[in-house]
This record gives sequence, structure tokens and C-alpha cells, in this order.
Amino acid sequence: MSNYPAGDRGFLGDPKAPGFLGWIFSTDHKRIGLLYFWAIVTFFCVGVLLGLLLRLELFSPGVDFMSAQTYNATFTLHGVIMIFLFIIPGIPAAFGNLIMPIQIGARDVAFPRLNLLSWWLYMIGALLAITSLFTGGGPPDTGWTFYVPFSTQTASNASLALFAVFIIGFSSILTGINFVTTIHRMRTTGMGWFRMPLFTWSLYATAWIQILATPVLAITVSLVMVERLLGIGLFNPTQGGDPVMYQHLFWIYSHPAVYIMVLPGMGVVSDIIPVFARKPAFGYKAIVVSSLAIAFAGSLVWGHHMYTSGMSDNAVLLFSFLTFVVAIPSAIKVFNWVTTLYKGSIALDPPLLYALSFVLLFSIGGLSGLVLGAASADVHVHDTHFVVGHFHYVMFGGAGFAFFAAMHYWLPKIYGRIYSKKLATIAWGFMFVGFNLLYLTMQIVGVKGMPRRYYNYLPEFTDLNRLATVGSWVLAIGLVIMFANLFHSVLRGTPVGPNPWGGASLEWQIPSPPPTDNFGENDPVVTHGPYDFKEAGIL
Amino acid sequence: MSSESSHIVPYRTFILIWIALLILTGVTISVAQIDLGPLNIWVALSIASCKSALVVAIFMHLKYEQLLFKLALLSALIILAIFIGFTFIDVLYR
Repeated sequence: MSNYPAGDRGFLGDPKAPGFLGWIFSTDHKRIGLLYFWAIVTFFCVGVLLGLLLRLELFSPGVDFMSAQTYNATFTLHGVIMIFLFIIPGIPAAFGNLIMPIQIGARDVAFPRLNLLSWWLYMIGALLAITSLFTGGGPPDTGWTFYVPFSTQTASNASLALFAVFIIGFSSILTGINFVTTIHRMRTTGMGWFRMPLFTWSLYATAWIQILATPVLAITVSLVMVERLLGIGLFNPTQGGDPVMYQHLFWIYSHPAVYIMVLPGMGVVSDIIPVFARKPAFGYKAIVVSSLAIAFAGSLVWGHHMYTSGMSDNAVLLFSFLTFVVAIPSAIKVFNWVTTLYKGSIALDPPLLYALSFVLLFSIGGLSGLVLGAASADVHVHDTHFVVGHFHYVMFGGAGFAFFAAMHYWLPKIYGRIYSKKLATIAWGFMFVGFNLLYLTMQIVGVKGMPRRYYNYLPEFTDLNRLATVGSWVLAIGLVIMFANLFHSVLRGTPVGPNPWGGASLEWQIPSPPPTDNFGENDPVVTHGPYDFKEAGIL
Repeated sequence: MSSESSHIVPYRTFILIWIALLILTGVTISVAQIDLGPLNIWVALSIASCKSALVVAIFMHLKYEQLLFKLALLSALIILAIFIGFTFIDVLYR
């Protein structure tokens, strides 16, 4: 492996691709990963701001500062930004691009130019989504699910937002194709399938869902656009259409999308826990198989979003059963993570703190998901704040915290500089407390009967809503400290060597920041598994 | 890999496939004139599947590719069949 001369900034300062244009037209997987990363973080901050505004409106019953229409548009925008611009591309497009090729010993992804195209498509889609706010009939107010018949009738600018989602979907498909091909074709000598880090395995399972499920989203949003423009009655019963068919089509994509969001997060956690427990991952193959099982079984449970839609009882029974089946591979992972920690020599550094929060918060989210997966219980809590609390536990507590874990774990590798661990721990404390205050309270107020998607509520829910809003402020303070600490470290952090955490996978064997060609002149030869710390000479 | 991707299919095969596609299109149109009840849709879909199989296997060279690519397409088709099948469990019993 090549050693750096002092002051070398690796791929960050590649002399062959200088300046701004050198970045936005770069085909280097690490630069594309960073382009994604900064765009995603920016959109996340906008989404958080909208979420805080929603919580502020709910501080008291009645109109505080938002009209019903503004509230509808705000939660639609919050959902679209968080789902399509933050969580779905979050870990795969940012950290997948940054880290995965290095983990398998490749110099780039299989199709570098396609990779750049996927980032451009993502940015064009994002731009169109933003444009939809200020043009046509004003900001879309349908919710991120674009349910018919409202989405085919609303005067707001839903068509452009749908088109934006269509484009962003293609960006996701291209990333999926690129990753499957890269993992099949570009593993270095000695990198057998069962020597791949679990993060790469999770990206492989995710990429298959991206390829197989995302086209259904493209079809669905196209049909709604056709319906809005031509009114041919696909979802209109008076013209022979079927409104429930829309929900099928939408959730055939959007439920697997939940696993596009959370599987890479599970991969991050599976990579972090062995490193900070100083022990090989317990049940490596079980984690691999459970990733693939989640990808497969998770694609077959979309109907559990539709129990109250008028779907047939046979279908309700089938989807409810399959939903419980998905809990099995998810639980296998949790048991494996906990067993990896058992009797480990645990270093409670910030990446592990965020990873452990993932395990706890995802488990709470998953267990509350079983309440919703059981059709009889779901009928009572459907469309209440319980559902909102549940999916924020899974999405934000799961995928979001895994994204933060990945930032604390891999950004020192990418920038060669490390943050203040003390500040990172303080930020984590604020976030963890604020998060639970916010979303646990939401679940409680939901069980008490508060419906979702209303700017107003009955006076008896006031205290709990105020508590949740205070939770959102605590969470926001944590986020500000975390990002400030990380941004400061990127510019002025303490320089670190190639392997600050003692990892055994390939990304820790090359300099920080990595050189443009990753491995210098010779391709690496892999002789041990990603968590064989003894053979790697780390323990 | 390069030897597989440069497989040459003779023009005669292409023309035969083209004729087969035209005949099958004719069959689709003529069957549509006869009222078979719900079977109409099944006949039309079966003919369409045969046509796309010919296109994918020969025009798109899947027939000459490695097993891996065939399995990749097969898995996509199976998933699609499950998606449609599960949706019908709702639609048929509603």
C-alpha cells in the first residue's frame, strides 16, 4: 500500500480534477459519494426544519400560525424530502459509494459514468420537487403517498412533484444496477462472497430491491400523471377503475422501499459493532442470510398498509401472516448484534453509541410494527399518531441513527480528520433523550385516539403534544451540536492515521483520505475475513 | 466474456423470428374477435409472453449469455408474478 507524502489530501485534492467542475463531473466513486453526502445532509436539514414547524403548530390546539392548507403542504414536503431525498439515497448512495468499492478491493464501481448520471438525476429530481412548490397551483398537499382520488383531483402542483419522484426513482435504479454489477464482478483476489464486509452484503440485498421494486414506483406515478392530464379513469370506479389498485401499486414499491432505507443501516451497524466490541461478528452467515431474507420477504408485505382500505379478508390474512414472518430475520440480526457484544472488550466511542441506539430504537419501532401488523389491532390505531411514532422509530431511529453512526465511523477515513468525541457523545445524549420524548409521546397520544395529518386536535391531547414538541427541540439541539462538531472536524479536526478504530476490513488498510485509485499500484490480496482482527494483526 | 458478447446470429434467424412475431400479432387480433369470456385475457397474455420470450432470448441475446444473467431475469419475473398474484388475492375475493 502506498504511503502519503505529508500534506497529501488524496482524492480530495486530485490534481487531475481541480475546482468545482472537477467535482460535479467526477466519475470517482468517492467524490460522487461526497456529492451525494452533502446534498443529502442539506435536504435532511431542510426536512428537519419543516418537521420542527409541524411540531410547533401542534404545540396548542387550533390555528397557531399555519392554516390547514399550509399544514398539509408542509407535511407533504417534509415526507417527500425525508423519504425520497434523505433516507432512500442516504446510506447506499452516500456511504455505499464512498466505502463499498474499497471494501471489496475495487478501484471504482462497475459503471463510473452511470454513477455520475445517477447523482445528476437525483439533483434534477430534487430541483423539480423544489420547483413544484412555487409553480402551478402551489405546493402539493397530498402527503408523500399521493393517494388517489385526492391526488388526481387536487389543484395543487402534484404533477410536477410526481414527475420529480419518477426521476429520482431512476437515480435509485441506476445505483442498484451499479452496485449489483460491482459486487459480482469487481471483487479483488481472495475476496470471496463470505469474506465481504456485512455492510457490502446489506448493500447487495438493497440493490436488488432497488432494481426490482423501483420500476413499480415509476409505473405508479406515471399512471397518476396520466390520470391527472387525461382523466382516463384508471382509479375511478365510475369509469371502471379501482382506487384500491393505486394503493397496491404504490405500496408494492413503497414497502420494499422501507427495506431500501433500513437494510443498509443494518449493514452499518453490523460493521461497527464487531470493531468496537473487538470481536468477530457473531453469526456472520446468519446476518447475511437474514439480509437476503428481509429483502425477499419484505417485498411481499405491502398489503399491511391497506387493512382498512376495503381489501378482501383473504388478502388481509395473507399480508398479516407475512408481516409477522419478516419479524424473524429482523430478530435474528438483533440477537446476533447483542451476542457479538457479549463478553466483548467494548470501546464506547461515538460510532458505537449511535449504532447501539439503532438497535434499541429499531427494536422499539419493530415491536410497535407488530401491533400494526396484526390486522385487528391495526384497525384501531390506523391513521393515528401511533403510526407516525412507529415509522419515525424505524426510519429515523433506525435508518437515521445508522446514517449518523456511519458519519462518525467513516468520515474520519474520508477526510483524514477526527471530531471531538466528547462533543459527539453530548450530542448523542441530547438526540437520544429528545428522540424518545418526541416519538414515544406521539405513540401514546396516538393510542389515545389522536388522528394524524390534522393541524388541529381536541384539547385533552394538549399536554402530550406539548411534551412531544419540547422533545423535538431537545432533538434539534442534539442535531445542531452533532453537525457543528462534524463540520468543524472536516475543516479543522485532529488528523488521524489510516485506522483510527482498529478495523480489519480493506478501507482501514489504505491512507486517510484514500488516494484517487484507492490501492496504489497493486490490487490488494485478501487473506482473511472482514472481522478477523487477530489475523489482521490488530488484536 | 468477450467471446459470448460477440455471438453472431444469422439474418435468417432474425427474419424467421420477425415472421413469427407478425403471425403471433395476427393471432392476437383474430382471437380478440372471438368471445372466450375471461379466457380472452389469458390467451392475449400468453401470446404476448411468447413474443417477449423470443425477443429477449434471441434479439437481446439472453440465450447465449451465462446462467447468472438468465437467473437474474428469471428472479425478476418470479417476483413480478408474485406481485401480480398477491394483488389478485385481493381483487378476486373482494
